[in-house]
Amino acid sequence: MAEAARGPGGSRVDLLVVADMVERGARVLDVGCGDGELLRLLETRGVDGRGIELSREGVNECVAKGLAVIQGDADTDLADYPNDAFDFVILSQTLQATRQPRVVLEHMLRIGRHAIVSFPNFGHWNIRLQILLGGHMPRTDNLPYAWYETPNIHFCSIKDFVQLCYAVGARMDQAVALNAWGRQMRLKMPWWFWNLFGEQAVFLLSRRGPTA
Amino acid sequence: MADANSIVDLADRRREADQPHSLVVRFSPNNPLQLDAGVDFAPLQIAYQTYGALNAERSNAVLVCHALTGDQHVVNEHPVTGKPGWWETMVGPGRPIDTERYFVICPNVVGGCMGSSGPASTNPASGLPWGLDFPVVTVRDMVRAQAMLLDHLGIESLFAVAGGSMGGMQVLQWAASYPQRVFAALPIAASTRHSAQNIAFHEVGRQAVMADPEWRGGRYFAEGTNPRRGLAVARMGAHITYLSDAALHRKFGRRFQDRDNPTFSFDADFQVESYLRYQGITFVERFDANSYLYLTRAMDYFDLSADYDGAVANAFRGAPTRFCVISFTSDWLFPTSESRAIVHALNAAGARVSFAEITTDKGHDAFLLDEPELFAIVRGFLEGAAKARGLPAVKA
Repeated sequence: MAEAARGPGGSRVDLLVVADMVERGARVLDVGCGDGELLRLLETRGVDGRGIELSREGVNECVAKGLAVIQGDADTDLADYPNDAFDFVILSQTLQATRQPRVVLEHMLRIGRHAIVSFPNFGHWNIRLQILLGGHMPRTDNLPYAWYETPNIHFCSIKDFVQLCYAVGARMDQAVALNAWGRQMRLKMPWWFWNLFGEQAVFLLSRRGPTA
Repeated sequence: MADANSIVDLADRRREADQPHSLVVRFSPNNPLQLDAGVDFAPLQIAYQTYGALNAERSNAVLVCHALTGDQHVVNEHPVTGKPGWWETMVGPGRPIDTERYFVICPNVVGGCMGSSGPASTNPASGLPWGLDFPVVTVRDMVRAQAMLLDHLGIESLFAVAGGSMGGMQVLQWAASYPQRVFAALPIAASTRHSAQNIAFHEVGRQAVMADPEWRGGRYFAEGTNPRRGLAVARMGAHITYLSDAALHRKFGRRFQDRDNPTFSFDADFQVESYLRYQGITFVERFDANSYLYLTRAMDYFDLSADYDGAVANAFRGAPTRFCVISFTSDWLFPTSESRAIVHALNAAGARVSFAEITTDKGHDAFLLDEPELFAIVRGFLEGAAKARGLPAVKA
């Protein structure tokens, strides 16, 4: 990510939104935890956090900070975790880089009671305009890669993601959109508005169990 | 060396096995070590070293487990070779396993030859070294003996257990056998079971020892011989497995040793040959051939899953221990896939685990060498664990 918006205390706003969804003292798995910023933030809130990270540098940095992080791949390694191992499984800004987003989401809902997913919204007006008027693949501050070298292979819009949630039987407990300045869009708005003006989205999901 | 010298070597070896330059605890014959082989072994002797100080709460003890050819002399001059300890980069004041903060204990394993009961120790019944009459021991036996030592020292629970290779096997066995006694576990370059390839390498080493006519069916002490050639060949073969193709190439390439052209003979023309011969010769000065047989055997038998209904995860189910598993990219003896299998089992058991793979071309031996990333990870992991355990930080 380029210059991401930061909130009070210097934490990334999207991470603060994610962290606010996590209950105190919960057991959390952060899939694609990067350098461990979210895990550290959660640790200050009494959360028992674990992480998975693909890049070796990220992992080693996290472990050297005392975080419980393993080197692994969201696409292949979630299958090793038992059912209900965590209260929350978090996928922060990583969904679009997985090979099988649907399978990953299904595993998250299997491993955790809740899943939290944050992702860049490909339905944002700026991205639509770049394709419509510029005729090229969109690039933004948050998505700076050229099409031929981007790790992001499965973009979706908020609308697309909502459809995936229906497809995998996830209940949407909470959804938050962040605007281009990283601010939370608090007003109650229809989906089409969020899909057009939200640059990022954060969803809190849970399994639609038989008792739910 | 002349034969007279090798007899002196053997006398020294026996003295080190019975009266080591170390702390020693001799358990009474009524307090035997129960072995997996079905034998109650007594009297048991354990030689060990300690570094740092045990705190009043007895909560800062770190058990260091040594590898196949290591011993208890972690950070002091070796009494036989005069060389520095084998893990001075990792253990000591200000090191990742900081002896200003932790009380470090390292026992010689059962079956070893530096003062813990082993085939070079004197069998009280005969007055001669046990030789092959010593019962076959396992990694679990080593860990049981270490638990007896801790009981003797009055240490109920360990802050951490750390070790590489065979030491890492002991770490895993500790967490499986005594989960309530291990707060943090650091298995480095280890595996939950010895692979077929590794058993094969060990078998070549054992056959080299046993093919030496001076081995005499393991009774070389009594017969005044010394199977140094066989043991040296075993060491040379094993040493290759501890390195990597890239490391050998970087260190030696095809360079000649003290000459510009090949001699058209079987001299050590190449530097790599000379290096291996040196490794073999120096090893036999400090190690017992029968011990080599016993300890390689113990590693071969190691298979945690076999003890837990075929699933390693069962060994760690409900374990309160926090783990940090570390592997090295160029280690082909205990490759990263083996460490990953440990991690999968720990995840399946719901244990708290970190896992890092360190990029290096130094092969399996990297855990003993200067690897700054390894030190940073061990330091960070232990600091996180110390905070969770409520151990005070070192005074600045």
